[in-house]
This record gives sequence, C-alpha cells and structure tokens, in this order.
Amino acid sequence: MDIPYTVEVRRDTGLTNGKIGIWLFLASEVMLFGALFASYILIRTGAPSWPRGDTILNVPLATFNTIVLIASSVTMVMAWASLMRRRFGTFRIYMGATILLGFVFLVVKYFEYSHKFHDGLFPSTSNFLAIYFTLTGLHMLHVIGGMVVNAYFWGPGAKLWKTNPEWFTNRVEHSGLFWHFVDLVWIFLFPTLYLL
Amino acid sequence: MEATPGDHAVDIDRHVRVYITVFVALMVLTIVTVAISRLHLSVPVAVTFALLVAIIKGSLVACYFMHLISEKKLIYAVLILTAAFFVALLALPVVTHSNGFWIHE
Repeated sequence: MDIPYTVEVRRDTGLTNGKIGIWLFLASEVMLFGALFASYILIRTGAPSWPRGDTILNVPLATFNTIVLIASSVTMVMAWASLMRRRFGTFRIYMGATILLGFVFLVVKYFEYSHKFHDGLFPSTSNFLAIYFTLTGLHMLHVIGGMVVNAYFWGPGAKLWKTNPEWFTNRVEHSGLFWHFVDLVWIFLFPTLYLL
Repeated sequence: MEATPGDHAVDIDRHVRVYITVFVALMVLTIVTVAISRLHLSVPVAVTFALLVAIIKGSLVACYFMHLISEKKLIYAVLILTAAFFVALLALPVVTHSNGFWIHE
C-alpha cells in the first residue's frame, strides 16, 4: 500500500502529510528547547552572581562554528533548489557539503569540550557549565541526527530520485526544515551562552 | 510551499539569489553580535541587543530558508499556537519566581 499524500497535497490542509508532520515535530522541538531556555532564565536570575560566557568559553571557536552552521543551512537549501532544477549531481555536491560542514561543527565542539574537561570544567562544576553542557549537548545530538538523515538522502535514500523525484524532493525539503531549525537554535544559543 | 521539480526554474533562480543575500546578511549580523559583546555594555542593554540581533537572524532563517514567508495557513496556525505556548513557558519563571506575581515571600 502506498503512503498517501507524499507528493499530492491534501485538499483539506493544502499540504503534503510529510510537510505538516515535520512542522508538528518542530513545534514539539520548540517546546523542548523552550523548557531548557526557561530553566536557564530561572537559574540565572536566581543566582547571586553569574559569569560572562566569554570569561569561560572560547568565543572565536564558537563564532567560527556559527559561520559553519549558517553556511551549512545555505548548502542545504541549495541542495533542495538543485533538485527543483532537476540537477541531481549538483544536489549530491551541496548535500555532501552540508554533511561535511556538520562534521566540522562536531569536530570544533569536540575540541571545545575536551579543552573544558582538560581544565577540570565539568557539568557538575557550576550551574553555568551545567546549563552550557546540557544545551550544547542536546543541540549537538540534533546536529548528529540531522547528519544521519542527510547522509541517508545523499546515499541509499537517493534511489528514490529515479522512481519518484517529486517525493524525494519533498523528503529533502523536510530534512532541510529540520536542519534549518538546528541552525536557528544555535543562533540563539551562541549569544546566550557565549556572549552574555 | 509545495513545488514540483523542474516546473519553476525561473522561480528557483530567484530563490537562489535570495538565499545568497540572506547568507551575506547572516554573516554580517554574526559579526555585529560579536562586536556588540566587545562593547561591554550593561547586562540589560547587552541582552536586549543580543536578542534583537538573534531574532532578526532567526527570522531570516525561518522566512527564507524554511520558506515561512510563503507557507500555507495551517502551518502559520500551528506556529502561532506554538509561539503562544513558548511565551507562556518563558513567562513561567517570571510569574512563579519568589516575589513574582504569584509567590510572595
């Protein structure tokens, strides 16, 4: 049995099921990160003193990672645009670049984390570091999740392009929506944790 | 935005130009974010500026990369509901904090 409304839109919603599904999922993600941001506000405003992020964290590395993640959002949307232009080879290049940029982000984060651990700074050290590791750790898991899905579409999942290009294009768009959301979360995490 | 591959080549070319413009704007705003933090402003002013720039950057990503600028009404309805719950969630620490609206010590 075929999955309904993967390409044609439902008359009642005007959307494919995949599109409404990914947006509902992203809505739940907003609440997940929202709960952690609310916790951060509560802990910070309740603390007698709070360190500036740049006195503990590495701002140049985080700035570099911000640029990397924004660039990966551009390559992701260009991957989708390539499919819309029916250029599968170009899609592969842009999607490969997106995965590579995600990997660069993780490598930089690895150096950041290992430097903290080397200096004896752990989540149990202070409330600031507990919040820092929780928020960036959860965000990092999202980056890994997005990379796994993108790698699937770059590799074995790309077979769908031959049989049903419209469905494949929609799936890449939905995967892109998740990736842009991950970028969007980082845009707020960066100033909140590193600069204030 | 539900589109079909190959059907709107001219539209996609226009989109690509917008993506590049947004990318440049996001880079500039990232530099602005870091530059503002170097000014060592008071915490309330620094938070205001940092959040303002982050909201502008986030809006650019959501509107253009996530195509929210031309989405269907149902998506907007879902997001309005999400935004309402998100604001309530962020307001909870304020209203339940000691000496806030609900809890008095």
